[in-house]
Amino acid sequence: MSMNSESLRKPGNPALSQFGATARNILQNQGILIVFVLLCVVLTLSSEFFLTWNNWTNIIRQTAINGILAIGVTYVILAGGIDLSVGSVMALCGAVAASFSVTPDHSFIGVALLASLATGFVAGLVNGALTAYLRIPAFVVTLGMLSAARGLTFIYTDGRPISNLSQPFLWFGNGAVLGIPVPIVALAVVFAVCWFVLRYTVFGRHVYAVGGNERAAITNGVRTRRVTALTYIVSGVLASLAGVILTARSTAALPQAGIAYELDAIAAVVIGGTSLSGGKGTLIGTVFGALIIGTINNGLDLLGISSYYQQVVKGLIIVGAVLLDVGRRR
Amino acid sequence: MTQYLVEARGVSKSFDGVPALVNGEITLAPGEVLALCGGNGAGKSTFLNILMGLLQRDEGTVRIHGREVNFRSPADALAESIAIITQELSPVPDMTAAENIFLGREPRRGGGLVDHAAMLRNARQLLAELHFDVDAARKMAQLSLAQTQLVEIARAISRNARILIMDEPTSAIGEHETQILFDAIRRLTASGVGVIYVSHRLEELFEIANRYTIFRDGRYITSGNMTEIDRRHLVELIIGHEMPTRSEAAGAKADDAPILLDVEHLSHRQQFHDISLRLRAGEITGIYGLMGSGRSEFLNAVYGIGARNEGVVRLCGTVLPPQRPDRAIAAGMAMVTEDRKDTGLNLEASIRHNISMPVLGSLARFGMIARGREKVLSAGMIKRLSVRASGDGLKVAALSGGNQQKVVVARCLASQPKVLICDEPTRGIDEGAKQEIYQLLRDFAAGGGAVLVCSSEAPELLQLCGSIAIFKKGRLKRFVRAAQSDQRTLLHEASLSLSLEEGEENVHEQ
Repeated sequence: MSMNSESLRKPGNPALSQFGATARNILQNQGILIVFVLLCVVLTLSSEFFLTWNNWTNIIRQTAINGILAIGVTYVILAGGIDLSVGSVMALCGAVAASFSVTPDHSFIGVALLASLATGFVAGLVNGALTAYLRIPAFVVTLGMLSAARGLTFIYTDGRPISNLSQPFLWFGNGAVLGIPVPIVALAVVFAVCWFVLRYTVFGRHVYAVGGNERAAITNGVRTRRVTALTYIVSGVLASLAGVILTARSTAALPQAGIAYELDAIAAVVIGGTSLSGGKGTLIGTVFGALIIGTINNGLDLLGISSYYQQVVKGLIIVGAVLLDVGRRR
Repeated sequence: MTQYLVEARGVSKSFDGVPALVNGEITLAPGEVLALCGGNGAGKSTFLNILMGLLQRDEGTVRIHGREVNFRSPADALAESIAIITQELSPVPDMTAAENIFLGREPRRGGGLVDHAAMLRNARQLLAELHFDVDAARKMAQLSLAQTQLVEIARAISRNARILIMDEPTSAIGEHETQILFDAIRRLTASGVGVIYVSHRLEELFEIANRYTIFRDGRYITSGNMTEIDRRHLVELIIGHEMPTRSEAAGAKADDAPILLDVEHLSHRQQFHDISLRLRAGEITGIYGLMGSGRSEFLNAVYGIGARNEGVVRLCGTVLPPQRPDRAIAAGMAMVTEDRKDTGLNLEASIRHNISMPVLGSLARFGMIARGREKVLSAGMIKRLSVRASGDGLKVAALSGGNQQKVVVARCLASQPKVLICDEPTRGIDEGAKQEIYQLLRDFAAGGGAVLVCSSEAPELLQLCGSIAIFKKGRLKRFVRAAQSDQRTLLHEASLSLSLEEGEENVHEQ
């Protein structure tokens, strides 16, 4: 009811405004695409290796882990929360999975997976319960979990890598389905399922409702605390999946694995256009966000830029991408 | 001849070739309160935006203090001593009232240091002069909405504003605070300030305004003196056609109709005590009370979005557990909450998604939403409530207040409730939309439902309800029949001033 909005809403041509909305929509989704394409053009011109099949499988495989984490974090952020613990939870879950897979007397692969998923589930449940039911700010809860899960990882592994993993387990890092590396298949499946849930199910709609206006969601009979808690569980479970893939790819569970991965995941979500205040955003954006980060890492490696500079460049690109987004929304 | 403070003639403005305002015209003399009336889309916001320098006119002249002006920005308007006080307050909550009043113009000493003592002293003096009961040293977050409103006015006055535009200044405050505001307006106009007053509450216009100007459909319609028009004719000028006649049957009590809502001895701490009431099918019952009388807290507790620690709520015989709005919805209750932006709507979501929100469960199979059925539902509701929008995929944030409120009502009716609870169902919406919502509530009751409606506008309740429960200090004082009551009685019954009542009783004894 501000005076501005009322005057801008004056009798317009409905068809025209519909067209405007669609055009704006395309532009909004394309903003991230434009960044991505620009990045690719620059890198293609700078390095002959960039646009090769091998390099691209590499980029996407590296993106898979961050992508899966970021999809989980998107759920949390869409519902108005934040999850800083995914890197540590991933490491803990990877270690748990690995501990069941050490040769020669490894368990059935299903047991390793189940133990890992259960660990991620419990971590998410603790995050969710403390945030949703005890009303502790998500930032604090998940910061605590970031530290606690890392500590547990060191305790569980005794500070040493867990190696000598079984072949079935290593398949998650190095195997392929129809010629496509397993991590990429995993990312695709996770994306498809999570996208469907967000778009077509009651739960997905409730995630947007809670993030958009929690009080209104309560008025409408949404069990908001349950929805909030569930988003952390989604994030925890996906972190465990990412942990299995990461461990298998490194052929060992390292206690210090995945440090600062939560920051890349959050960066992917934000670059992908999801609002940090919740209620607005898409999973496809997040996947592109993860791809952009993966491409930056890869490209800077190809260009032989030292890893010190890489961090600076990455920071600039993250802020720049969001700045572009903010500017376009005005 | 007195010089006008504001004289605007032939002001026109188009957006992309679509005229939003044609021949806008007002005059404002010193010491005058001008009521600017019109529904949403009438063009009054466009006009005020032009006056404030937020928009530039295409045609016409605007004279301030007799001099033609052409504002390019709100700063230009401020420099010409025009100030606006909107319904959307913008205080800095963690700063004191004094700091807010002098925001950006802090008294300084030494280098760049803020002279806090002088600021507080000046603010206290200003508030005292205006007779505003606000402690300048308190943080804004601790002040009531009405006090916040007063601080905004004090800020405008401290800038030596001679022309004050008030856009719905009372939409968030109660009767008592409104009177404080009106006292302030009267003191200001006595000193020669002119006020352009916009409010959808017509009663207020008759109380405070001297003249009216009416815009409709982007055009200037007419002007006149408030003393020469009555409420009915004013409404007809605003909506452009005759008012629907009041259906006397609505809200009338049918003693043999089944009891739909049965509230027994409901209490919560200091907020409300031992409140019992019953609603039968076909009834519209009102709740009238001042701010702080516990009326909203009571309604929220009945529905389950507010707490209660004693008492029972039954809906058609089913006992509703406390703080479970989902169970209330399932049992057949729906609520239009007090503040649609805060607790009613997800502004970021589409009209369709808002309407279907409470019934997603029943629209879904195995957790998957049947999108076809959802579309049918939302299209049907939009038609039934005549929500004016280009499509149901439109964000609710893009709608006018009246249409947003219709979406709230649509969302409530989507779950096919038996009992509808409405807290301020027509706050901040125009007269046309108000009448439409009244008619919807009447139809709902006539269809066998029951409505419990709370409003701070007495005429609204008198027009709508069969009986009205009067709340005072958290207690249900008594029921009155709307047909045998009037605005004065309601206000008197709900009024907190005990001394006044005793005084009047003494008069009776003599």
